[in-house]
Amino acid sequence: MKLILTTALFFWFGLCHAQVKISGKITDNKNRPLSGASIQLKDTYDGATSDSLGNYSFTSDEKGVKDLEVSISGYNPVTLKITLENVPVSFNIALKEQITELKAVVISAGTFEASDKAKGAVLNSLDVVTTPSANGDITSAFKSLPGTQQVGESEGLFVRGGSATESKIFIDGSLVNNFFYSSTPGIATRGRFNPFLFKGTVFSTGGYSALYGQALSSALILESVDFPDRSEADLSISVVGIGGGIQKLAKNKKSSWGVSFNHTNLWLAFNVIKQRQDYYKVPVANQGDFNFRIRTKGGGMVKYYGYISQNSTAFRVNDIDSTVLKNAFSLDNINIYHNLSWKERLGKGWRLNVSGSFSTNKDDMANEMQDAANQKVIISTPDFYAFKNFNLQSGGTYANGKLLFEKKFNGMNAVRFGADYFYSNEKSTYTLYDGSKYDEKVGDKMVAGFAETDVYLTNNLAAKLGGRIEHSSLMNKWNIAPRASLAYKTGYNTQVSFAYGIFYQNPERRILPGVAGLDFSKASHYILQFIKQTKDYTFRTELFHKEYDRLYKTGFGNNGREVAANTNGTGYAKGVELFWRDKKTIKNVDYWFSYSYLDTKRDHLNFPGRITPSFAATHTASFVFKRFVLPWKTGFNFSYNFATGRPYYRIAYDNTQNKYAITDEGRTINYNNFSFSVNYLPGLGKQNAKAFSVFVLGINNVLGQDQVFTYNYNNNGSRKEAVGPPSRRFVFIGCFISFGTDRTQEAINNNL
Amino acid sequence: MKKLLLIAGGCFVMLSSFAQSEKFTAAMKKNLAELDSAFKNPAYLLTLANNFERIASAEKTQWLPYYYAAFCQVNNGFMEKDKSKIDAIADKATELINKADSLSPGNSEISCIKSMIASCHMMVNPMQRWQEYGAESNENMEAAMKQDPANPRPFYLKGQGLKYTPEQFGGGCKTAVPVLETALEKFTAFKPASELHPNWGKEIAQQIVDGCK
Repeated sequence: MKLILTTALFFWFGLCHAQVKISGKITDNKNRPLSGASIQLKDTYDGATSDSLGNYSFTSDEKGVKDLEVSISGYNPVTLKITLENVPVSFNIALKEQITELKAVVISAGTFEASDKAKGAVLNSLDVVTTPSANGDITSAFKSLPGTQQVGESEGLFVRGGSATESKIFIDGSLVNNFFYSSTPGIATRGRFNPFLFKGTVFSTGGYSALYGQALSSALILESVDFPDRSEADLSISVVGIGGGIQKLAKNKKSSWGVSFNHTNLWLAFNVIKQRQDYYKVPVANQGDFNFRIRTKGGGMVKYYGYISQNSTAFRVNDIDSTVLKNAFSLDNINIYHNLSWKERLGKGWRLNVSGSFSTNKDDMANEMQDAANQKVIISTPDFYAFKNFNLQSGGTYANGKLLFEKKFNGMNAVRFGADYFYSNEKSTYTLYDGSKYDEKVGDKMVAGFAETDVYLTNNLAAKLGGRIEHSSLMNKWNIAPRASLAYKTGYNTQVSFAYGIFYQNPERRILPGVAGLDFSKASHYILQFIKQTKDYTFRTELFHKEYDRLYKTGFGNNGREVAANTNGTGYAKGVELFWRDKKTIKNVDYWFSYSYLDTKRDHLNFPGRITPSFAATHTASFVFKRFVLPWKTGFNFSYNFATGRPYYRIAYDNTQNKYAITDEGRTINYNNFSFSVNYLPGLGKQNAKAFSVFVLGINNVLGQDQVFTYNYNNNGSRKEAVGPPSRRFVFIGCFISFGTDRTQEAINNNL
Repeated sequence: MKKLLLIAGGCFVMLSSFAQSEKFTAAMKKNLAELDSAFKNPAYLLTLANNFERIASAEKTQWLPYYYAAFCQVNNGFMEKDKSKIDAIADKATELINKADSLSPGNSEISCIKSMIASCHMMVNPMQRWQEYGAESNENMEAAMKQDPANPRPFYLKGQGLKYTPEQFGGGCKTAVPVLETALEKFTAFKPASELHPNWGKEIAQQIVDGCK
């Protein structure tokens, strides 16, 4: 009995341990072999890895119905129910490719991304700071990219035939109302925000997402940094001022806060470098800011950034209508800004973004005529002299909010929707030479709703479809703006994208209050893009066509001011742009080249008909070159910006014909600007140093080339005066020191 | 009879569970023996990684096969010449080492692999990624030293990292050799918990030190 049992047991054991061979081929959907795929009988050690032809083969002792699992990264895994008996079996298995960020086409028509992480980024966050012609100003760095104009007489981004007011700037989703310091005549002011506040930037030169609106030309979307890498204190001393701050990161790295204070004073710089203007109050600015960031329990993030800033300046220039008199202009400004945002994961692929900003701005601006002894002169006739003595006090309160829901699906598909609210309330008092006052009040409450979907059909084909609806209380009108982008991957590292969209915008503040019954200005964008991008180089070209409709035409307001009169203006812009960046060909050198061709004409404001606006040059090119010399611990950066001459006009009201006419016109000389900067990091490589310093020397317009931005005319048009930069060159020397931490790694990162 | 069957059955169960751990040890040993040759043939590293992963997924409670699967994957990443493929390989290694981590939390050897994975990500674009992944690699290396001060491998990793850091940034032979010598001392004193436990790195550490002379 025992014997039989034992024999039977052994026989059974032997039978079930007869090995069976399992083999086959692993391919993708298109029958191309996949090598390196893992094949496994579930819960056993038995399996194999497919070879270079996709073939696999292994043996197993298992019997009966089993799960055969096949997996390889980038493809959806497959489980096959198989029955194992005593005969060899073969299974050929095809796997479907997953749609992943790594492989998928990027919907990129019209956008430049500056980021350290995003796929398809053309600049990284540091390029913004180390581009010499930018002088550390965020928007200026984008002037080395195609699509932008080299406008030097006023601030802002002039994109593809659009004026600066057609570009809007957003921080963490919220519109920024006073991004730049208040305008001063003939001088471009800088942005108020430090470039180191941001980790990622999307610069759209057209065709941007339905999440944003109220910009006919361009949207600059900035995303602020999350946590600082570590707690630290820093100090800066330069020819333009001093500053200092601390950043404190909690031990558990779940929260941080920081404060900083900056005092800008151009006394030294303006004493050394002669300015075109005669400053009787050199520009002085004081800014204190505060921030905090908190990681929420759900892995979300709450961020706050805010500042209080005060600045003042006053200068004299010779009056264009008289040979002896001067114009003395003064400006005092107080600006307070708060930005609060909250990002949260809600589970099941849902995300919530809430953001809001609140700001107030107060300008006290005055202009007076002065004689040779700098004494005030009032001339009441003719009235063009009289109008030169004025005082303008203006204040604004702005609140913006955004609510955004996002749901992500498999394969990168996503749906986004939400709402925007913009509130603005602006008051001003304009006082004339004779003491007569004109009060004005302009306010708007705008609501907007938007929805957008990302559809990835395959890794090679994707679309972004969206729409936006807005209502403005100022005009009591609605608009609906469709947006669509398409991207197709044509090769391993090449792709083509197309973008279309309609964009609406309210009249700019300068021409308000206008007549009743105004409507939104409208622009339609069509953009075709081709990109070839590898690790070492990027080639990008875009063709665009833009149609403007309902541009604002102006007439005279009650105090002789230019105000919106109707929406009969039209225009177009078309062109082609090239971008080339190469980090490899020359060892240790990184350079990029941009070229833009622009053909644009428009009829807006007081233009007598369709003309090329004075901010539009036909050809614009930039060349940026960076090299870090390791043994010297020094980085050298060069940039060259070029633009062909821009048109300028004298547009005057012809009383005999009751319309505006061009009485004189011309074209400025070509624009050339060669700039250079050096960064020296003496502490590089010193282990455990207590402080880390960076010395910076920057020279703008090194060669001292003549620059003419435009011309100003006197009242009767008999005389014109070139408007150029405030000084032929500008030299920046500064030192930035961080305490308490070894920042060598950061320096390596920043400068290699 | 009933009793007999029960005993026989009991024996069979014992035998099979003994056979199971025998099988595990044998399979692990067989694959570990092939590690050296796999380093000479990167394509085989992936096969080996898959072998370890199969053992891991069948066993479910052993951290070592996940550890070795991740070890093979991350080395595969280091050897990959096409930089666009490295991130995906490193992500796979992360997936495996996280499973090992959940089975054996606070393990110094596992922290070493995490440090290597971060370095692997960094390799794709050292200039841009230094700040993020360099810090992550260091953190894990330091954690590994704390979790088991006798473990020579975090010291080896630190020394190796210094060797390939430019001299201007405080790297090179001069700073690397003392660290590697500490590692070598620890290697000499180190006794792995079993023949399946990690015991690699000594030869390479010695090679770097010799190369610096």
